[in-house]
Amino acid sequence: MPTSDTVTPRAEGTRDAAESPQSPESPHSPEGSGSGGRRGGSSLALIVVLLAVLVAQAPVGRALSTPAMQGWMTVFVAVVVQALPFLVLGVLLSAVIAVYVPASFFVRVLPARAALAVPVAGMGGAVLPGCECASVPVAGALVRRGVTPAAALTFLLSAPAINPVVLTATAVAFPGRPEMVLARFVASLLVACAMGWLWQRLGRTDWLKPPSRPTFEGLGKGAAFWGSVRHDVMHAGGFLVVGAMAAATLKSLVPEEWLRSAAGNLVISVVVLGLLAVLLSICSEADAFVAASLTQFSLTARLAFLVVGPMIDLKLFAMQAATFGRGFALRFAPVTFVLALLVSVLVGAVLL
Amino acid sequence: MNRQAQAAVLLLLGVAVLRASSTDLYLRYVKAGLRPLLLAAGVVLVAAAAATVWYELKAARAARAARTVHGDGDHEGAAESGHEDGHGHAHREPRISWLLVLPLLALILVAPPAPGSYSAMRAGTVLQPLPDFPELPDHGTLRLDVSDYAGRAAFDHGRQLAGRHIEITGFVALDASGAPYLTRMVLSCCAADAQPIKVRLTGKLPPTLQPDTWLEVTGEYTSRQMKDPVNGGAIPFFKAASARPVKAPADEYEN
Repeated sequence: MPTSDTVTPRAEGTRDAAESPQSPESPHSPEGSGSGGRRGGSSLALIVVLLAVLVAQAPVGRALSTPAMQGWMTVFVAVVVQALPFLVLGVLLSAVIAVYVPASFFVRVLPARAALAVPVAGMGGAVLPGCECASVPVAGALVRRGVTPAAALTFLLSAPAINPVVLTATAVAFPGRPEMVLARFVASLLVACAMGWLWQRLGRTDWLKPPSRPTFEGLGKGAAFWGSVRHDVMHAGGFLVVGAMAAATLKSLVPEEWLRSAAGNLVISVVVLGLLAVLLSICSEADAFVAASLTQFSLTARLAFLVVGPMIDLKLFAMQAATFGRGFALRFAPVTFVLALLVSVLVGAVLL
Repeated sequence: MNRQAQAAVLLLLGVAVLRASSTDLYLRYVKAGLRPLLLAAGVVLVAAAAATVWYELKAARAARAARTVHGDGDHEGAAESGHEDGHGHAHREPRISWLLVLPLLALILVAPPAPGSYSAMRAGTVLQPLPDFPELPDHGTLRLDVSDYAGRAAFDHGRQLAGRHIEITGFVALDASGAPYLTRMVLSCCAADAQPIKVRLTGKLPPTLQPDTWLEVTGEYTSRQMKDPVNGGAIPFFKAASARPVKAPADEYEN
């Protein structure tokens, strides 16, 4: 680190200005005279943070030892630990797409007409064996690779819901009710495709944030690959932490009794379980088991839980906002939510 | 956050994940089956940290070489392209990365325990009726999971339990009135969805019971049941003859 500090103050300084949070006010001038200090800034800050926590460990530990606080921390750490491997998997896939798969590949595979590309992308979601944490970076990489956003968004929504791992988990969680697996598959695919077509009709490209990271063109493949991995882990990982904190807070604040009183009415129960899916932010590989345990709710309401959860929840919203921009997420999320509830009720009425 | 700091966070995160998954620590948060994926993720994170440092050093060497040959002109250009890409969001986005320090610290310094009596008493028992119950061995002490005992007691009328000497292990939870329960949490995926199975203890018990102590209780089946005040689920009773404190098992959850 001292080597690069002293050797290339100018190039390094500008690159930092593009990435470093510490320099929002300073104009991005290539003349980074103070960049050496700024550059040391975040490393130094990290060391100070770590040291401070080490020194304050005893009092901090005491403050955290109340049962409620411990419960919060356990849920927080559990969500992060559970999601991390899948996030890493998604990040690796996304880096492979960004670096090793030529853009022409997608042009060949996907039909030229967006209206047809949408269902193909939706079915393509069936082959990504992961949860929603993996699909966000992959969808981001698809857009950057020139895939039409409508198709990429369909993939984003369908992949975490209809892949074999998740469908198997659903079958295991609802023994003797294969129609639940079918209903989940059909409803999720319908919502994903409908959102894709809706985007194609109404979506505007300027709602999507322009590619949100340094492109790695012009670097060697290895450098580009690891640069992409580093950027995505830091970026999506930060938002994963936000989502995990939100989920832990709700989990420790909302009493279970509230849920019980909502189960009676079909409309209320569907909306309540939809909202619960958003708030709990459970991984799509696990949500079927949670849905199965909500026995006081109707199957249709639980289907809504299973359809909404992988498409939109607090953690996903944060990650989507990070990848595609806040303006996009604010429009996309509510529409997805409403559509997912409607389709769940319809499919539930037919199949369950 | 600059790249050195990013590399440091990646490295620490990778090491924390590797440490948690190479010991029993990870069992507090997720199921045993996630272990290979966690190990792989840890390795990738460490590799990403190493690669970041490596390419930083390489870029620095290349820049130094370029400068000695061409002067500064060349990396003006390189710097310019990096600058444009980051433009517009540079102020905010990387700041979020700092949050990654939180799970890191929580995992390394605090390592919060698996959900205990506090979470157990806030949630309703998730005892589910099973279609059938496998035959139990004919003689000797029956060692049963809390969920196995509770299921047989509540939904099989204790058919194979009556008159047997039974041993169950779990942690103590007390309700508002101080009544003791022997409890285990069940996990479908991670500790965020952990839910309790409860058995109400009666009979001969130590005079004072501390919540969250692990007990190995021996005793016998009784047909009494109660309803969980939280969700109305069935909580069968267990008549204890003796109880001894034991160490918490490595995997505190039942399947």
